[in-house]
Parts: sequence; structure tokens; C-alpha cells
Amino acid sequence: MFDPDQLSVEVVQILDENGNGDERQLAAFSDEWLLRAYREMRRARVIDERLLRMQRQGRIGTYAPFSGQEAAQIGSALALHKDDWIFPSYREVAVCLMHGMPLEQFFHYVQGRLSGKRMPEGVNIFPTQIIIAAQTLHAVGCAWASKLKGEPHVSVAYFGDGATSEGDFHEAMNFAAVYNVPVIFFCQNNQYAISVPYRKQTASRTIAQKALAYGMKGVLVDGNDVLAVYETMKQAVEAARRGEGPMLIEALTYRLGPHTTADDPTKYRRPEEVETWRAKDPLRRLRLLLERRGLWTEAQEEALVAQVNDEVTAAYEAAIASKSGSIVDAFDCVYSEAPKLLAEQKDEVMRRKQRSGVR
Amino acid sequence: MAELTMIEAINEAMRQEMERDPRIIVLGEDVGENGGVFRATDGLLAQFGEGRVFDTPLAESGIIGTSIGLAINGMRPIAEIQFLGFVYQAMDQLAAQAARIRFRSAGRFSCPIVVRSPYGGGVRTPELHSDALEALFTHSPGLKVVMPSNPYDAKGLLISAIRDEDPVLFLEPMKLYRAFRMEVPEEPYTIPLGQARVVKEGDDVTIIAWGATVPLAAKVAAEMQAKGVNAEVIDLRCLQPLDIDAILASVEKTGRVMIVHEAVKTGGFGAEVAALISERALFALSAPIVRIAGYDTPYPVPSVEDDWLPNAERIVEGIETLLRY
Repeated sequence: MFDPDQLSVEVVQILDENGNGDERQLAAFSDEWLLRAYREMRRARVIDERLLRMQRQGRIGTYAPFSGQEAAQIGSALALHKDDWIFPSYREVAVCLMHGMPLEQFFHYVQGRLSGKRMPEGVNIFPTQIIIAAQTLHAVGCAWASKLKGEPHVSVAYFGDGATSEGDFHEAMNFAAVYNVPVIFFCQNNQYAISVPYRKQTASRTIAQKALAYGMKGVLVDGNDVLAVYETMKQAVEAARRGEGPMLIEALTYRLGPHTTADDPTKYRRPEEVETWRAKDPLRRLRLLLERRGLWTEAQEEALVAQVNDEVTAAYEAAIASKSGSIVDAFDCVYSEAPKLLAEQKDEVMRRKQRSGVR
Repeated sequence: MAELTMIEAINEAMRQEMERDPRIIVLGEDVGENGGVFRATDGLLAQFGEGRVFDTPLAESGIIGTSIGLAINGMRPIAEIQFLGFVYQAMDQLAAQAARIRFRSAGRFSCPIVVRSPYGGGVRTPELHSDALEALFTHSPGLKVVMPSNPYDAKGLLISAIRDEDPVLFLEPMKLYRAFRMEVPEEPYTIPLGQARVVKEGDDVTIIAWGATVPLAAKVAAEMQAKGVNAEVIDLRCLQPLDIDAILASVEKTGRVMIVHEAVKTGGFGAEVAALISERALFALSAPIVRIAGYDTPYPVPSVEDDWLPNAERIVEGIETLLRY
């Protein structure tokens, strides 16, 4: 008999909440790597906070903040090669930036421009997914193609805890294991699907254990520990590249802010809970380690924050200064060649635009 | 030239295309060893092996969703949904994902997949096997919807669908799979998507049909010819893209229009065709447009399906109504 209460639940952790860890394990990470991980996480936090403010000021549209999840996102993305494929949901901004999405392009997206939908050539990021868990199947198909073509690329499906309730997640896990494809299911369990807490989402003690039912490995990792996330992801990626098939990673983390700028989290969670998780902040613990090693100072922090703020301002200004697309463009990316009736509609719009231009 | 059934023509199209292009793979439930429930994929596993033909887990959303990922990463999947009534389980992946990938990526990614599915009634299937759901997908920008009505068209249209850069829903009328044989050239050939076929020329009435109702409409038209009624029959072959020019040319000639389809009447694609005619050729009409369609009930049980489907009697009555004006 399989008794869920008998399953051992081990959380992979290298760096604890106070920036301490086993020195032998820590020795595997160079100063340079630690500084890079911290800089990327801090950059992501500054960008996220700015975007949130900009939404409140009416400068961008609805936004889904990710503060609190930087270690999960940056740690996992750092373990990937440029040719690997990423299938994000709407909260994976830090992952996408790390994998090559230009910040300016993201501003096009959050300003609701068509141009924001187009990832640059060579950046292997699939368009942001809105439908929960739909991208898990696309990642499996993409990984399957890599396997058929004999290419060493890994595909990563990013999703949240809510996605594990969707049928597509289960179909994706099943296909991936049956065909033994190089895909990684990376779940950021941030405890809430909009307002619904984990305990109402699933009766599983962990998401990681769901892997067992499909015949693949599952790992539960401290999602606020960038070292542990990186190490776990690296092992999963290497295993997938060796042909050992898919893996499910559950990164246990917490969304510090709202689901999107359209909801009010104080309606569904207590301030004490948020404070408990603030103490586990992924940036704080790595910074403590860096400071203890003499690698980081407040002056460096201030300089970095100022630099990222300038970068955000420049990207935003470049985005708004560039030509905003027209509805005419929308007709050009429905089919490879517009059918007659669609082409007629495009002509109608163009005629109206020309007329109003004359006036 | 060999005389083939529609199912044989479909099988030949896939086999020849797979020989031509190693990126093409076939996936679906029972498409491997079993050769598909109707034998459409018969022999493909033996010829191309397990790296090209995949018996998938039983999961419609999984079949189409993974096909999307395969396609964006360079493969050309032909997916089979065993019966069109099962496509509801994959509705998001087909209508909201495959259809929109070009748009969602502002043109960066295309999604060249073919989703084949038998549809339509008259073969005494269990519940939810016979539904004609084409209208659901003509309402999803980005998808192409193709519905052949004979073996020759099935081969040429399927080869075009496989070579197309956009996702194509290829709906095969299961009643016609083995209904008759027809000369089909052995070499591969294409029929452009979006080009209707004039099945029979005439100048009294235009009958517009697609898929399973085309042979029925042609048969009735031939019978009416003996009674002095000269009906023109048009097989749309594709609903998206739609050959609006062929429709309008015939309407201008006859002034009387009947639309025959087996999907339920309300919201069916016949309504769209009628609306387009009223927008563009109202004053060519000498009578109100008549629609002969499935009734607005779920597809019924086998014992009464013959009374539900469009039949010769209803088509004859419709023509008489048109001519009385």
C-alpha cells in the first residue's frame, strides 16, 4: 500500500534564512557566481518594484508581480543554456530577463503593444502563457522534438501551484514520462492561486511527490535559496541532457505581493503570514552571506539599485518613444497569408485610417 | 490510375508526404499498431517506425498540446483525434493555443500542425462520436478548416494541409470513408486550400454544401435534373479560407440559394454563408435563402439519426420552396 503519510518529505536547502550553510557545500560556489546571482536577483526586485509603481501610476497595464520569487526564477534560469527553451506563465519576468528577453521589449508587452508579443530571434522563450498549465504540454512537445532531432536542448515549463490542478499538467507529466523527453516541470509553489491557498488546491502534502505517479523524479527545494534552486535545476538539466528524461521540481516560495495589480491580498491572507515569509526573503539571506565574506557593501548595493533604476527608466522611455503599432499590424499575424475575407477587413481598416488622416 | 476509397486516399497522402519530409510525424490514439480506428494510418508504423508514428496516451489535450510544441521546434505533426466529438477535451489547445500562436508571438512562431478527425453521422456510432463541430473552429482566427467530400479531394487537400504553415483542422466525413471509389492519381498533388469546386453546373438553384452532404446534394440535383430543375452544386471544400467568389458567382447566376450541412442549424456555418450572401448579393436573390441542416438537438441516438440528418426529401422540399418564389 502506498500511504501518503509515510512519504518522506525532504527539502533541499544549502543556504538557510540567516545566510548560513554547510561550508563544504558553499565552497562549490565561487565568489563570482554568488555575486552574479545576487546582482540578478536585486536587479529583478528593483524592476518588479518599479513596474508595480508604474502600474499604480497608470503608466502600464495589469501586472503580475513576482517579488519573493527571485531565487526560484534566477536560480533556475542560471542553470540553463541559451539554446534551451523556456515556456513561461505570466509571472516569470525574472526568468525571461535572465534568458535574454530585453527589458524594453517587456515594456512593450505591459503597455499592451503587439510588438511586446514578439520575442527576438534567437531568444528561445515561448510567448507568455495566460491559460493555466497550457504551456506544460507545449514544453513537452518541444522537448520531444529536441529528442527526435537529436539536439541536446532542454525545455522548461514554468507554472505555479494552481496549475497542478489543471488537466493539462497531468497530461503533460504523463506524456513526458512515457516518451522520456528532456523537459523540466518547474513549479513555483508560491502558496496561492490568486486567493486560494495551497491546502485548498490539492490534498498532496507536496507537489514534488506527484512526480511518483507518473514515473519520474520529483524534488522539493527551498525556493528562496538561490543556491539550492540552482544546484537542483543543474542536476535536472544535466540528467535531461543525458537522456534520463523529465523531472518535476517544486520550489517552495512565497509571493510577497498581490496575484496581480487587480487584487487585494489583505482580503485573503494575514499580515503575520507575510511577515513570516519576509524573514525568509531570498535576497536577504544571500546578502548576509556576501557581507560575511566581505564581498558586498551598502555602497555597492546603492550603486546597483541606482544603475538598475536608470536602466528601467531608459528601457521605458525607449519603449514609449518607439512607434506604437496599429490595428493594421494585427491582421498580418493571424495566418501565414491572410485569407481573402481577412484581407478585405484589413483594407477596410486601412481606408478608414487614411480617411481620418486626411481629415 | 488506381481507384481508391477516401480512407485509402488519406492514407496515401500521409505516406507520400512522410516519404518526402522526415519532419512529418503522426501521433494519436491507436494510430500505430492498429492503424487508426478507421485504418487511416494503416502501415505507417511498419514503414516509418516508432520514431515517426506514435501511439499516444489517451489524452486529446495532450495530443494537440504536444503537437504545438513539436511544431514550434521544427517538426510537422499530423495528430489524430479519434472522433470529432472528443475534441471538446482539447478545445483550449486547438482553439486558443494552436490557432493563436502566430498572433501571440506577433509572427515569431508558426504552428504547422494538421489535426485530422473523423466527423459526421449516418454510421450508427455511440454518443458524441458523430458531431459536426466545424463552426466552433471557423470562429477561431488562425485555424484553417478543411472538409473533403471525395477521395480525390481528400488526397490533394490533405497534402496541401500538411504543407501549410498554419494549423489545419482536417475533418473527414466518416460516412464517406468507404462509400465509393474514385480514380486518384498515384503521384502526390495538391488542391489549394480555399478553392471551392463546382460539382454540377446549373442555373435554377445554387446548392452549397461541404463534407458529407456533398454527395447527397449532388444525387438530389441529378434526380431533379430529370424533372427539369437545373441545380448548381458547389462543394466548398474549405470553410476557412472560404471561396467567397465561387459562392457569389453562382448566386448571381441562379438567384436562389440552398445551404446544406449536417451540423446543427443555429450558429452553424450555413448562417455565415447566408449572411455573406445577404451582405454582398442581396439584390441578386429571387427568394429567401433556405438552410437544410441538423436540428438544434444534440446528435441523436442511432435509431433516429436518419430522421435528424439532412436527407433527399428535405432537400427536394427546399428546392421546391425556392422555386415557388
